[in-house]
Amino acid sequence: MAIKKTNYTASQLMVTAAARELADEEVVFVGMRLPILGFLLAKSTHAPNAIGIYELGVVRDTVAPESILTMGDLPNLYRSQWLADTADLMGLLQQGLVDVSFIGGAQVDRFGNLNTTYIGGPEEIATRLPGSGGACDLASLAKRHIIIMAHQKRRFVPKVDYITSAGYGDGAGWRERVGLLRGGPSTVITTLGILRFDPETREMVLASVHPGVTVEQVLENTGWPLKVADEVTQTPAPTEAELEMLDQFDPHRYWTS
Amino acid sequence: MPKSKLFSLSEAISRFVSDGSEVALGCAQESLIPFAAGHELIRQRKRDLTLIGPISDILFDQLIGAGCVRKIRAAWVGNVITGSSYNFRYAVEQGQLEMEDHSNLTISMALRAGAMGVPFMPARTALGSDLFKTNSSLKTLVCPFTGDTLTAIAAINPDVTIVHLQRADEYGNAHMWGNLGITREACLASRHIILTAEEIVDPDVISSDPNRVITPGFRVSAVAHAPWGGHPSPVPGFYNRDHQGFIDYRESSKTAEIFADWQSQWVDAVRSSDDYLKLLGEDRVAALALKHHALSEAADYGY
Repeated sequence: MAIKKTNYTASQLMVTAAARELADEEVVFVGMRLPILGFLLAKSTHAPNAIGIYELGVVRDTVAPESILTMGDLPNLYRSQWLADTADLMGLLQQGLVDVSFIGGAQVDRFGNLNTTYIGGPEEIATRLPGSGGACDLASLAKRHIIIMAHQKRRFVPKVDYITSAGYGDGAGWRERVGLLRGGPSTVITTLGILRFDPETREMVLASVHPGVTVEQVLENTGWPLKVADEVTQTPAPTEAELEMLDQFDPHRYWTS
Repeated sequence: MPKSKLFSLSEAISRFVSDGSEVALGCAQESLIPFAAGHELIRQRKRDLTLIGPISDILFDQLIGAGCVRKIRAAWVGNVITGSSYNFRYAVEQGQLEMEDHSNLTISMALRAGAMGVPFMPARTALGSDLFKTNSSLKTLVCPFTGDTLTAIAAINPDVTIVHLQRADEYGNAHMWGNLGITREACLASRHIILTAEEIVDPDVISSDPNRVITPGFRVSAVAHAPWGGHPSPVPGFYNRDHQGFIDYRESSKTAEIFADWQSQWVDAVRSSDDYLKLLGEDRVAALALKHHALSEAADYGY
């Protein structure tokens, strides 16, 4: 991508942006990969009292004592607040006790619906992806969810081939009509910028571009005429302190290279 | 005294898993995945299995690549730290696998319905999603009390649930600790349960702490001793996750030919846990050992 030479990578910027979406004392359903780092960064900076829920059955209110590559690593179990059954954690989610969750996407559309199952759709499968995991549940039941993904035209499509994890369906009022009680995507953090959703129409709107990225580049890499906010801001770059922390959490830069 | 249920791993699998069986395994998600038992399914050339689970971190992919699988009822199949898994991906794209696409919540509730002896469980997830198009176990339902639209998830009762855990006695009483995933529901819903354990211990060890028992021994069909039977997944109290094992598997499964080599080296040529440990090598085994032990305080169950 056309990001200028900087002292940080696109992944580090995305993780930092993800961390900034979390408020202190929120209950966070963490998800896989970059969101784990985003949660750890938020816990170590402005959200020390956030609670992390990991769907395999871990609830943590502290940062793991060593770096972890994935949620099942044993340091993530050490002195956790609760080791439990997945269904118990899904019950917290279903009751409306989870403030925010993170979901990675392969294909997203203008209303924030996500496909991580069938590219091409189930009848004419072009690519089979791993599937929902907990993503469908997080998108259905958290108070809000944050999508993190690469910004490419083939991924940002007018309408997804298959809805694995519901966004706002076909627009305003859709979630209510299908019976979802709450939630929906609040933010999409991509390799190029940050997008949010119009509160009236529920359509995705470009809110900020990352340093070195232009609005035109974002439009070129989006598969529909993307709405742009009246005042597009620039995503703040990660600070030195944040980058140092990220290097502790991901010392071999497995996720942040 | 009850009858001993201790079998060799090979006998446990041959007695309780048939061609065409519906088998739940890997129910703790990323941890305690029963790789040794899964590899025994491959060695015995089981065919037409239905695999049931929440997420599967490469074990389902291995069974698919080895030609053991007809159908998948699961939320996610892949390689957690590298992404898609090739055997699964190609088999679905070529129409060779029947899919029932779940979420982690719907598969939990399917097994819980099985465990509770009811035909379905209601939930509020998946409404509006396309999971309904590729999973005939999901229907919408109007709540008779509130009028809310709910998702009804049909019960699943596996023929066999296979669980890898830390320690068991010969009668099927066993301790499991760490994150549990959907292990409890899967065991309770299942006709047969096969346990593979890092250690076989005296029954007094298990009965000293009944809260840590994952499922009552009377429901268990077989117990097999399988040290390192969860590798490369982590086993709390025994060994850490072998990340390199998962990274290497990505390369080892890229084509049918490379996978066949992997299977012959890591599965077919392995006849015992000693064989497997030799293949891993002393250095790798030592590197995965726990560096910091953290024992819990004892609980007083006295009267």
